Amino acid sequence: MAKRTSKALKTFTEGLWHNNPIAVQVLGICSALAVTVQLRTAIVMCLALTAVVAFSNLVISLLRHLIPRNIRIIAELCIVATLVIIADEALKAFLYDVSKQLSVFVGLIITNCIVMGRAEAFALGNPPWQSFLDGLGNGLGYGSVLILVAFIRELFGSGKLLGFQVVPDAIYTAGYENMGFMLLAPAAFIIIGLLVWVQHRIMDRH
Amino acid sequence: MANLVGLFLDSVFVGNILLAYFLGMCSFLAVSKNMDAAIGLGAAVIFVLAITTPVNWLIYRYLLGPGALAWAGLPGVDLSFLKFITFIAVIAAIVQAVEMIIDRISPTLYSALGVYLPLIAVNCAILGAALFMVERNYTLTESIVYGTGSGVGWAMAIVAMAAIRRKLRYADVPGGLEDFGITMISTGLMAMAFMLFSGITL
Repeated sequence: MAKRTSKALKTFTEGLWHNNPIAVQVLGICSALAVTVQLRTAIVMCLALTAVVAFSNLVISLLRHLIPRNIRIIAELCIVATLVIIADEALKAFLYDVSKQLSVFVGLIITNCIVMGRAEAFALGNPPWQSFLDGLGNGLGYGSVLILVAFIRELFGSGKLLGFQVVPDAIYTAGYENMGFMLLAPAAFIIIGLLVWVQHRIMDRH
Repeated sequence: MANLVGLFLDSVFVGNILLAYFLGMCSFLAVSKNMDAAIGLGAAVIFVLAITTPVNWLIYRYLLGPGALAWAGLPGVDLSFLKFITFIAVIAAIVQAVEMIIDRISPTLYSALGVYLPLIAVNCAILGAALFMVERNYTLTESIVYGTGSGVGWAMAIVAMAAIRRKLRYADVPGGLEDFGITMISTGLMAMAFMLFSGITL
């Protein structure tokens, strides 16, 4: 039992750090960066993406003996697209204002390379429960990078976190100014580059 | 007319689909290692975007959008929630068809573009352009201009990046920052340069 738990745990944590989708596998930086101007949108995006990756891995793994090899890509795309539609409708129903801000980027989860990448690399060859955990780990590993980027951008760009002012007024009166650059697209690229640098340095040391 | 020229320039420079909206990053990072491949993929993306965006416009206008089925006597039907799955299927089908047509008509072009076409079906830039076109309520002409402009912008960015990465090979990059890290940072610098165009209004 203990051995099984540790294996499941390893499958889960693998995607979080050692094999982080963004930093190590270089997958799926697409599109999702655009929602990192605010922490709130990034967290919602992270949850939506994690749910889609986890359930698409689960479903594809359940169907892995039924899907013919040569049309597997289109079958996977259909499963992923269906899950994304469900996620999008759920967001529109429960978090309408956030779903308006996320605009097209929820739909773009379909073409996010992580979802297809994990389906191809893991779910097609592993049992459902492990695939689900692998999806969960990869989704959260990806989401944690998004949230970190959003944290840095919102904090330095507008002095807020989750919409609340965190930089005290006293500092502004002393001459501190928000970095407008953080709110622009190039900042996201540069922050990702620097984060990857830090992650690689820490990994090298071990 | 000026409006269309403005839209074209806007989609190439200011609203560059890669540098301002982060679409198509995966193939951008993977393929910009090699100059010839970057040019080939860039050309293929322009081609596919220019075709798929208007086709998806027609499908959305006459099949999926709210009230789109009025011609069939069903004015109250709204199938717009099906747009994700329909667009991705249309894109995959068109890419497949284009691949077969090019193979038939021009084997030389096929050998240059062929390997990149399957990659394009899952390129977020293509689906992204279709979704943006719906969200911004473009007309058919505008969607053609927008699709082509986005393609040209994407191609320009990847070719420029391939050139930068070729130079970077001789640069002494700090440990741990090689390859992916430095590519992201140079992309950021390039995006900054593209942002300067936003001061220009037509």
